[in-house]
Amino acid sequence: MTNKKIRVLIAKPGLDGHDRGAKVIARALRDYGMEVIYTGLRQTPEMIAEAALQEDVDVVGLSILSGAHNALVPAIIDKLHEIGLRDTIVFVGGIIPEPDIKKLKESGVYAVYGPGTDTQTVASDIQKALNIIND
Amino acid sequence: MPTIDPQTIRQGDRLALSRAMTLVENDAPESREVQAALFPHTGKAHLVGVTGAPGTGKSTLVNQLTKLLRNNPDQGTDPKVAIIAVDPTSPFTGGALLGDRIRMRDLAGDRGIFIRSMASRGALGGLAHKTAAFVTLLDGAGFDIIIIETVGAGQAEVDIAGLAHTVIVVEAPGLGDDIQAIKAGILEIADIIVVNKADHPGADNSVRALRVMLEMTQGKHNSGTAKAHHKVTLQPDSSKTNQPDSVSWKTPILPVISTEGKGINTLVDEIQNHAKFLKDNQLWQQKEAARLRKDLEALIRHKLVRKWQQTLDENKFDSVFADVIERKCSPIEAVDLLL
Repeated sequence: MTNKKIRVLIAKPGLDGHDRGAKVIARALRDYGMEVIYTGLRQTPEMIAEAALQEDVDVVGLSILSGAHNALVPAIIDKLHEIGLRDTIVFVGGIIPEPDIKKLKESGVYAVYGPGTDTQTVASDIQKALNIIND
Repeated sequence: MPTIDPQTIRQGDRLALSRAMTLVENDAPESREVQAALFPHTGKAHLVGVTGAPGTGKSTLVNQLTKLLRNNPDQGTDPKVAIIAVDPTSPFTGGALLGDRIRMRDLAGDRGIFIRSMASRGALGGLAHKTAAFVTLLDGAGFDIIIIETVGAGQAEVDIAGLAHTVIVVEAPGLGDDIQAIKAGILEIADIIVVNKADHPGADNSVRALRVMLEMTQGKHNSGTAKAHHKVTLQPDSSKTNQPDSVSWKTPILPVISTEGKGINTLVDEIQNHAKFLKDNQLWQQKEAARLRKDLEALIRHKLVRKWQQTLDENKFDSVFADVIERKCSPIEAVDLLL
């Protein structure tokens, strides 16, 4: 018997300073019983990957509103893989155009959430991805 | 979950260390071997506790402190520094928001630093149940200084005193008058008091109130665990202490402006002075022994409860408990029936 808790890193890569979405999702996942580590603004891919390693998180959530997702997200996934985090689930929140969503998913993103997403959707997606629903 | 080779942790494999911490935190059976294998290599790190009320600036202080510890021109080799940052778990949902890393962004990219956020998971003393076990892993992994930041603490969260060699209590101006300063609790465990935000109004008053408090208590007890009955000859100190024949550490009160890094130099000096003081007076070993004893007792308690739970007849428990609810049997009598 272990007392496993889902650990999630919420990070804001890149240069935009709008972190309300990140905070809302962090707070919501906390209320779904997860342990949420929030890194704050302006994180580089290296910083995010290293934080994910030190915190041994199951999930990394990236909040991007700057439009730089096509550059940042694959760079972060590469860094995660480079340091040995191949099973970490990555999701992205922000304003992402439809054609880019497909590309991001191909690069290894599990899900992309736009404005107005119900936080319950995010929480249950995470639980599904980790196969621990009704465990 | 694959097993973790403790040897790789000793060799500096950060991912293995991190995974081992998760196993320990979740009380996974595989965590026992790793802890046992690393234990003989522990006992070297200087454990520094940082505690204080929410919002006094603990994380910002830890950020500056670690930066200087890693790049101190006064020392030969830069020590490896690990940080355990504890934040509270919600008693309602079991979730937690761990935000101490936000203040520690200056520390990113330095391989000699390892930061781990930890949720308190129901423990009430300012730490988590597994914080001491984290310390064992980090100590065994070769970190020279382990900084433990408690949850925002008030007057009773003093578990850190039993874990750390050196306890820093962070205060900020405007949190209370001189009566707060003479109450029991968190100030009693301070080896070093930091008055953070020293550029804010009222900082002088805070320093003064704390100094008066210390003058009243100095000599009655030293640094929480080192009681005055350990007689070690000491150079007679002209001021303040009432018992010149006992070992006495004078708790310094340091004004600091964490956001600007002001006063951090002195803090680093005092941390090193305190370590030297403990070692020179054989108090280091005493603290270690007291801590290991506490750990051992806690583990025994934990195991005894587990054993009892395994042998427990649930039906019997339910029937006895039903009697308790109906006031036919007192809880005290119920204990005798169930043990």
